[in-house]
Amino acid sequence: MTSTKKDPVLVVLQMSGGNDYANCVIRYNDPLYRDNRRVVGIPEEEVLQLDGEVGLHPSMGPMRDLYNQGRLAIVHGVGYPDSPRSHFRSMDIWHTCEPDKLGTEGWLGRATREIDPNKENIVTAVSFGPSMFRALAYPGVPVACVGNLDNYGMLPGVTQEEQRGRILDRFSRMYSPAIGSGAVDDYLGQIGLDCLAGADILKVAPQNYTSSVEYADTSIARKLKGIAQIHTAGLGTRIFYCDHGSFDTHANQLGSHAALWTDVSTAVENFFDDLREHDAADNVVMLMFTEFGRRLRDNGSGTDHGAGGVAFAVGDPVKGGQYSEYPSMKAEDLQQGDLVPNIDFRGLYSTFLEDWLGLDAKPIVEGAFEKPKFLG
Amino acid sequence: MADKDIALMAHLMRRAGFGESREELEARVAKGYEATVEELLHPEEQTPVDRLDLLRYHPWTWKPGTLSGMGASEWLHTMINTQRPLEEKMTLFWHQVFATGVSKIDHYDELVDQTALFREKGMGDYRELLLSLAKDPAMIYWLDNCDNHADAVNENWGRELLELFSMGVGNYTEEDVREASRAFTGWTISPKLPRGPLGRFDWYFEYNEWDHDDTEKTFLGQTGNFNGDDIIDIICQDPATARFVARHLYNFFVADEPQVPAWSVTPPNDPEAIDLLAKTFIDSNYDLTPVLRVLFNSEFFKNARFAKIKSHAEVVVSTLRLAGGFEFPAPGLGNLSRQPGYMGQELLNPPSVEGWHTGTEWINSGSLMSRINFTADMVSDVSRPGIQKIIGRLRDQGELSPEGFVDTCLDLMGPLDVNQGARQELVDHAAATGQLRWGTDDNVSTSTGRVTEMLQLVVSLRDYQHA
Repeated sequence: MTSTKKDPVLVVLQMSGGNDYANCVIRYNDPLYRDNRRVVGIPEEEVLQLDGEVGLHPSMGPMRDLYNQGRLAIVHGVGYPDSPRSHFRSMDIWHTCEPDKLGTEGWLGRATREIDPNKENIVTAVSFGPSMFRALAYPGVPVACVGNLDNYGMLPGVTQEEQRGRILDRFSRMYSPAIGSGAVDDYLGQIGLDCLAGADILKVAPQNYTSSVEYADTSIARKLKGIAQIHTAGLGTRIFYCDHGSFDTHANQLGSHAALWTDVSTAVENFFDDLREHDAADNVVMLMFTEFGRRLRDNGSGTDHGAGGVAFAVGDPVKGGQYSEYPSMKAEDLQQGDLVPNIDFRGLYSTFLEDWLGLDAKPIVEGAFEKPKFLG
Repeated sequence: MADKDIALMAHLMRRAGFGESREELEARVAKGYEATVEELLHPEEQTPVDRLDLLRYHPWTWKPGTLSGMGASEWLHTMINTQRPLEEKMTLFWHQVFATGVSKIDHYDELVDQTALFREKGMGDYRELLLSLAKDPAMIYWLDNCDNHADAVNENWGRELLELFSMGVGNYTEEDVREASRAFTGWTISPKLPRGPLGRFDWYFEYNEWDHDDTEKTFLGQTGNFNGDDIIDIICQDPATARFVARHLYNFFVADEPQVPAWSVTPPNDPEAIDLLAKTFIDSNYDLTPVLRVLFNSEFFKNARFAKIKSHAEVVVSTLRLAGGFEFPAPGLGNLSRQPGYMGQELLNPPSVEGWHTGTEWINSGSLMSRINFTADMVSDVSRPGIQKIIGRLRDQGELSPEGFVDTCLDLMGPLDVNQGARQELVDHAAATGQLRWGTDDNVSTSTGRVTEMLQLVVSLRDYQHA
């Protein structure tokens, strides 16, 4: 079967640590913002205004450009009821869509199983990071976990190609299903062969890649460049995952939050410029999320863990603009001093799953939730 | 010296420590198995690692503060060089059980202090350990007991104390969680002052009587005006606690069990072993040392060779010990301490209070690749004294058949039990690359390359992932 239609690709950029919503998408002329952000407030004249009410953090220039081009959707007030205000629990909930119990299956693991039920392509899902994100975990679903694409592969320390080939050939024989006894050996054997095959497939990506885009020298730019290399190589990867942080700005927030957003905005801009240069942007959509927003009132230096946050959808297919509503900052409307979420993250996921990847979202996010309509 | 004695001693030292070289194993076999167990159980008789020596070359390891990713450097150095391997292994054990992370504490000093607590009390009275943990500033902040007030109870610590640290799900009620939490109101840390220019002020445990709920509580069927220490006493009167700790010890030292949250519904793989360990624990009035003695001397322990997947920390430390040459705190210590994190076990930063998932869940495509790449690089570094010794021992045997070459490597790297099919692959590899010869300089260079290539294949084996 051949098709000229490109398969939709989802890139997830996880902003770990709790990105501060109030200083990221800023209600700059709301007196309640000024009251609550006496130390870490952003002066009105520095805010990158989007309309008469909200603007972006001054370090988000490239994001403002994407917004003005209609390629950036801002989803206000994302979260879920009864935020535990714990990074891990909250991130677990975002990863597994299980707010009430301890989940082990990730939403994108489930999605990967639906996209490639017969494991025809072991790089259907690619994760950039030292360990696997629980969002991608699902029994039997292979996920290629890449630290750094430039030295990704088995035994990069063996520099002599002939010797390396000889060792890896033996490795694949040692990991053959014929050798081994029991479930644990079978599991290790499968992982070993998956990583050997994955490394073989992925190693071509940097080799065939050229670009005039010069990415910034930051860890998030390196990850997104790796994603661009794999995507433009046409390896059939449908889901990419990476993270950046830490956005956990309890202290000295003004400097650190600005630096984080400079790095992220620039890297996202580099990434989409690169994809467009390769005529490879029309089938890519990016989700940028964080596990929670931060406490509305600053603590004199930074901000503590909060609840409602902001998510972004970026890409040429995205219908730019603002979705959902900015939660009320009135004292009586806050919960434990936090913005109350007004749209469930599982609805946000459902938009990506149904209106982009063409999957049935209900079994993946375990329920039906209101979808912000920024796609399709 | 019988091979089976070496193999058993290697098993003991992989589990009760971080593996040992052939020379160390031979010395221990000469002392005997039970004598070695006794030596392990009495760390106070061995010289501790010289902290000042480390500080002289790496002064930043004293109060590493917010030094990103570097906080476990001193611990890694200690794990590699300790003469008290079980003490350090128990420190890792408790870190995996009482999992506390820098991502929330945001400062390594308190976590380094917490590991010192595990080192000091991790093999003694469990009741005393729990009480110290309840007063540990990192733990208090990690589980929000500083937000647990007489008029506003925060159940985070109370719940995890019961669920993850002592009894396990299914042995208490939600009411017990509430009552335990009330008993710990007022157990807090000194006021959190703003950071000074050189970092954060130290935290200390504080008991605020004015913020403690001193009224009556009913906990696990007992009623009284309980305070936190009473709760810990009552927890330790419940046999569920002994069983829970026994199961943790079995999972860590003997053989992989299901993940902890499944324990309330999945029985142990070896119920008799758990019964024995739990009974010993109760009989010893919750002293851990007698339990460890029974465990290491038991047949179920001795028979459980390679029944576990190594954690990433075990992979890194045992490989560094095997390669040797890490006694001197050379530059690069910080990066070495991050290696388990690159594989998915960032020391002092577990993914959550639940700790890491163990057993086969240590392995995914990225982590397996990282483990193999790291170990393969280490064993091919012929400047390392441990690798030189392996080469020397092979050389001493003269011309070796492919079988002899492979079996000697497997022996010196463990001894490892290797699946017959995998061993045959290694033999075929050895046969294809030719005989080891040491007669001329060219021979030595070629044969050295063959040895390190074989060692790289050995550490790539599935069998090598087991402890």
